[in-house]
Amino acid sequence: MVLNDIEKLIEKYENGETTLKEEEQLKDYFSQETVDPHLEVYKPMFQYFLVTKKEQFTKDVPLKTKNTYALYRWISVAAVAVLMFGLYFQNTRPSDEIDPVLAQQTMEALNLLSTNFNKGTSSVNLLSTNFNKGAENIAYVGTFGETTNKIFKNN
Amino acid sequence: MNQAEFLSIVVPFKDKIFRLAKRLLVSTEEAEDATQEMLLKLWKNKEQIQNYKNVEAFSMTMTKNFCLDKLKSKHAQNLKIVHSNYKDENTSLQKQVELNDSIDWVGRIIEDLPQQQKMVIQLRDIEQYDLDEIAEMLEMNNTAVRVTLSRARKSIREQLTNTHSYGVK
Repeated sequence: MVLNDIEKLIEKYENGETTLKEEEQLKDYFSQETVDPHLEVYKPMFQYFLVTKKEQFTKDVPLKTKNTYALYRWISVAAVAVLMFGLYFQNTRPSDEIDPVLAQQTMEALNLLSTNFNKGTSSVNLLSTNFNKGAENIAYVGTFGETTNKIFKNN
Repeated sequence: MNQAEFLSIVVPFKDKIFRLAKRLLVSTEEAEDATQEMLLKLWKNKEQIQNYKNVEAFSMTMTKNFCLDKLKSKHAQNLKIVHSNYKDENTSLQKQVELNDSIDWVGRIIEDLPQQQKMVIQLRDIEQYDLDEIAEMLEMNNTAVRVTLSRARKSIREQLTNTHSYGVK
């Protein structure tokens, strides 16, 4: 490319009037090893543009976030369902109706049990008084033994 | 829209998003986070992507706004010093490519340009967008873009000339 053209392009470039194609030409020119000394200033500028364009974004982007949100949504739905289920059963159980006939029968059975139980306790009381008597008698036998021992000692 | 379709839309310009974010936020890590954020936002709104006239321009505008907001919140928190402390730790690859120190210098000059000029240079000279496209992305009019571009280019050239003649390197 003729030097004159480059100079013209540079002037246009500084005024922001170059097209992308013309800027491409300038970049090509300044990526050569040697450029005209009085244009040397522009060399690092255009080289910088070329170099910087090569920089890339290398980090991974986690795009799956949406799916986990959906999962949480379903888990919450399930949790609510379980909760409602539990509440339903808690409310229904105490309101079970009591059958009066069955209640009557149960009462009778319990009365029968209690009278028999009382009989049982009175007989146990009888047993315990008899047992106490026996224990007293044994105590007498004990004192008898003691006195006999004394008698033998004295001998 | 499934993942593969989404990626086929996004892949052609994800690097451009990243580079614009890096131009504004300076640090590679911050730019990566911003890019990720942008892609996730697009993914969340993937049902509406078909309705957008130009997904790429839309994404660039979104990135621009996001990064400027981020910078603004940093300023508001009085963390300006922290911001200027942003240093690109990942220079090794760039260092390999950049044989010339003065290329590095261009980057620093652009870093010091006003926000608007920075973005115009990025979008035009690096990403090679049409002036109309840039106008759409930056929500400016065509002439304003051209003027900003011209100013930015002249300012870079002037500063480069200065560093060359004073030998400040």
